[in-house]
Amino acid sequence: MKVNLRVWRQHDAVDKGRMVEYVVEDASEDMSFLELLDVLNEKLILSGEEPVAFDHDCREGICGTCSMVVDGHPHGPEKATTVCQLHMRKFNDGATITVEPFRAGAFPVIKDLVVDRGAFDKIIQAGGYISANTGSAPEAHSTPVPKANADRSFAAANCIGCGACVAACPNGSASLFLGAKLTHLGEMPQGQPERWERVVNMVETHDDAGFGGCTNTGACATACPKEIPLDVISQLNHDYLKATVGGRRKKA
Amino acid sequence: MIAVSSVFLVLYLIAHMIGNLQIFWGQTAINDYAVWLRTLLQPVLGWEGFVWVIRIVLMLAVIGHIWAATLLALRARKARPVKYAAGNKVKGNYTTRTMRWGGVIVLLFIVYHILDLTVGTLNPNGEHLAVWQNVHADFAPSRWYVTIWYIAALIAIFLHLRHGLWSAVQTFGWNSNRREPVLKAIATVFSGLLILGFLIVPVSVTFGWI
Repeated sequence: MKVNLRVWRQHDAVDKGRMVEYVVEDASEDMSFLELLDVLNEKLILSGEEPVAFDHDCREGICGTCSMVVDGHPHGPEKATTVCQLHMRKFNDGATITVEPFRAGAFPVIKDLVVDRGAFDKIIQAGGYISANTGSAPEAHSTPVPKANADRSFAAANCIGCGACVAACPNGSASLFLGAKLTHLGEMPQGQPERWERVVNMVETHDDAGFGGCTNTGACATACPKEIPLDVISQLNHDYLKATVGGRRKKA
Repeated sequence: MIAVSSVFLVLYLIAHMIGNLQIFWGQTAINDYAVWLRTLLQPVLGWEGFVWVIRIVLMLAVIGHIWAATLLALRARKARPVKYAAGNKVKGNYTTRTMRWGGVIVLLFIVYHILDLTVGTLNPNGEHLAVWQNVHADFAPSRWYVTIWYIAALIAIFLHLRHGLWSAVQTFGWNSNRREPVLKAIATVFSGLLILGFLIVPVSVTFGWI
């Protein structure tokens, strides 16, 4: 099949960047979208041009590395898939496809389709962990977790930190990511000791990083390749209010 | 801030809607109701004192609501300095996408509405406390376009409320997966009933039912 690509090319973080059109004549329907870019890059290299830089790693939809907006949808129009799991059979022969990097002030473009998602690492460093001694794993049965809590924690822990929620959000907010991390740890007994500190510190780091504020549009949950439910944002607000207005947080 | 101020605004809308329905009990009922509102707590607050307390609370709520919404809109603009060439195709429903501009329309309507039926400058009758006469002059069949404008504005308020009510619940942290469909249904039905209660007055007057 033949596809026309409009790809964002940007030499480095300083370059202004522009859309460049390419035609791939010999695409296969069984290719993933990243393999299509591989084919394009082989052609570019053979003709002595700079290949399109893009992020990828596992190529099986679990790592959250691949990040691009295909035809206005983060990870492409297919529901609950990352862009590496998006296949060319989902597109029509001769289609024109627009490929852009995730757009957010907190995710600066490094090159072409590669963005710096270090802001997420800062949010995790601000509280997305539990403090525990290593080397002496406790007996698992000593801390029972009710099934409902375990299930909700697991559902939130599906978050692969890819940033599609930010890319989709009309406000450029990372609230779904925040909510997923807080629900994942907050539903577990191990997450309780640092729970109220965690929410305040993570929200502050999120706001300082330049992400926008949540207005409950729900675009994030629609775009999420791991189908993180929107109610984790309600959990985030619940915990934040309890920690601040409710005074649960211990003042340092 | 948006959610907290909206609580006052929604409570006022409920009281306003129920108050309006007095018109179906006749001229004396609605006109006496307007006077009664001004005599409420008169020993403490004086004539119209209660009304002014409500007006000040509402004013503060409206200012807080718009202030917070503006801050969020400015933050949103800063958070996405470069727009998508293909447009952002992941969209919420119509209600969610029209909260900002819909809100501006509602504000313009409120300004018009106050000049029309509170201050009376835009009202063809415009006599203070003659509610029945003012409303009938305002929505007379010959002024059908005023009725249409009110209906359009009320629909805008309905859309704003439908998303806003659920959104406030989410902001207060009381939403969950299980409750979400129920909460959204309640928000739609509640906004629908509230707006119908408002709509029925101008429509009834224009069609001569009262």
